[in-house]
Amino acid sequence: MEVLSFLASGVLTALEPINLGLILIGVTVGLFIGAMPGLGSVNGVAILLPITFLVPPASAIIFLAAIYYGAMYGGAISSVTLGIPGASTAVATTFDGRPLALQGRASLALVTAALASFVGGTVATVFFSLFAPLLATVALNFGPPEIFALMLLAFATFVGLGGDDIPKTIFSICFGLVLATVGFDTISGEPRLVLFDIQGFLRGIGFIVLAIGVYGIGEMLWTIEQTRGEITTTNPKMTVKGLASDAKEAVRRGWKGTWIGSLLGFFVGVLPAAGATPGSLMSYGVAKMVSKTPEEYGHGSPDGVAAPEAANNSASTGSMLPMLTLGIPGSPTTAILLGGMVIWGLTPGPRLFIDESEFVWGLIGSFYISNLAAVLINLAFIPLFVWMLRMPFTILAPLIFVLSIVGGFAASRSMHDLWLIVIFGLGAFFMRKFDYPLAPAVLAIVLGPIAEPTLRQSLLLSSGDPAIFFTRPIAGPITVIAIILILLPAIKLLRRKGRVATS
Amino acid sequence: MRQGEISLAGILALFSLYLMWKSTELPIGYIRGQGPGGGFWPFWLSVGMLLSCLAIAWNWWRGKSPAALSDEPLMDAFGWRTVLFVGGGVVGFVAMISIVSMYGAVALFLIYYLRFLGRHSWLLTLAIAVVLPVALFFFFEGAMQISMPQGLPFTQPFFDVMYDIIY
Repeated sequence: MEVLSFLASGVLTALEPINLGLILIGVTVGLFIGAMPGLGSVNGVAILLPITFLVPPASAIIFLAAIYYGAMYGGAISSVTLGIPGASTAVATTFDGRPLALQGRASLALVTAALASFVGGTVATVFFSLFAPLLATVALNFGPPEIFALMLLAFATFVGLGGDDIPKTIFSICFGLVLATVGFDTISGEPRLVLFDIQGFLRGIGFIVLAIGVYGIGEMLWTIEQTRGEITTTNPKMTVKGLASDAKEAVRRGWKGTWIGSLLGFFVGVLPAAGATPGSLMSYGVAKMVSKTPEEYGHGSPDGVAAPEAANNSASTGSMLPMLTLGIPGSPTTAILLGGMVIWGLTPGPRLFIDESEFVWGLIGSFYISNLAAVLINLAFIPLFVWMLRMPFTILAPLIFVLSIVGGFAASRSMHDLWLIVIFGLGAFFMRKFDYPLAPAVLAIVLGPIAEPTLRQSLLLSSGDPAIFFTRPIAGPITVIAIILILLPAIKLLRRKGRVATS
Repeated sequence: MRQGEISLAGILALFSLYLMWKSTELPIGYIRGQGPGGGFWPFWLSVGMLLSCLAIAWNWWRGKSPAALSDEPLMDAFGWRTVLFVGGGVVGFVAMISIVSMYGAVALFLIYYLRFLGRHSWLLTLAIAVVLPVALFFFFEGAMQISMPQGLPFTQPFFDVMYDIIY
């Protein structure tokens, strides 16, 4: 009961005119920043942090959290309408969101994303309100072996469940992971894999460079070549009735993915250093694994949109948990929020809930309000985003190229990276022609910087003995499941051969 | 397609070998007290890439992949034209950034694509080619405070006027 009274006072704090106004502005700004390829919640929060010094700390963090929420919703918009993930958290949304848009069902994809995000955010906020201190201790038990096992599971879902050519999928994963190692070795600090001795590679290869190259350039070239430049698959008609029927269909065909994403996203988000990207990718994998129609995934399944979208919102709330209770940021965005809190004179950690309970509960109350504001504002803007698809493809295509290049530069501020985007784009076009799946490479470059240090730290802990991944109570089962998933294609092949031999 | 499949696998295998060699610049084994060396992770991943290429070649030899069985050409004349004009246009766009600034390159690319590839009217072409770079300027330089490349000095008068508006 005590929690409910705290929560009620928190919601009242969030509903104060200044806070409500900041929530509405924050969510709208976040929505547009998130929808821009190359910019995500981290950019929005970082850029707008200085202006929050004009308002009290509670209002400031409510504003930043609203931007965070808005950007999480917005990431789905460019994934669906442009086919380019606006941020790493929206990579998995592209897998089914883009096919739906190409089938003329962009509004269904966007409505599904909005509703799933709302459910994900709300479920996570309820968990947050109820179990905050308890979950913080569970998350603290996740050491490097457990986190590496989780990463392995994320890759395994792609190998085991992808219908694509297995060697090409494995190549793609390894390629993405190698690209993530370019730059400096994070442990020894020495330069590593400075390809062809070009100094620009010392800065590493960012996820966004590969993602924009693959989706913004490569995929676009492929689409133009395949459709002979005549794309007539989009259905731009948007009515209130259509929106309502899309919402009904989204609930009917996306509820399973939404629940999986909401639950899994929250728990992955709570883990320090994991965050919304692995959460959304794993939710997609698990939703596909438990689906009765896994073959629909990748071809426009509403569940495939709902799972990652519910997960990234759920995880973004979850990632605030270790930040507030332990002072450990679960994602780059929460790291900036943490910095902001320190500047405002607040000390994140276990005592925050006691010393600054009004602040904490005001923030939690704002999660509920931000979530509601985000879904309503998002649904109101869907006709605008769908309208974009009414443009002839000969106008839309150059706009996508322009947004890719400009967004790519905004994210990296480097001409070297722009040339890499072009090279990756042209390379991706040819690899796509030969059925190399490129989504695993994008997944790998995102997860690589988490996977490598956790693997090396684990092996250091065990003096080089890989058994550490099998003997620990949490890491063990996760590793075993991952290995079974990796071997699944071989097991299926053997069973098929056995059946042929018997018959 | 058949020839392309094995050629691409060959190129990727060579690239994997290059990455393996490059990874050995840092230790690839276990260092007592420090854990695996800096080259360990990229080296074994590059080995994974090479083995995957060998598996792709094996599947090609057995005719197990669709491309390995296809006698069709990789692309017809339209496909090659697309790559040349659209892909070439994007390369030109990026090349122009250091000369005419990001916004100038956006305008030129839009004129090239909309007018010459899309065959839209001059009115529509110029409207988009002017409005979009200006809107992008206000969004990035004004709202987001991200500076884009300004090209050679001759573009400076344009930037002076625009900065006067936002500051």
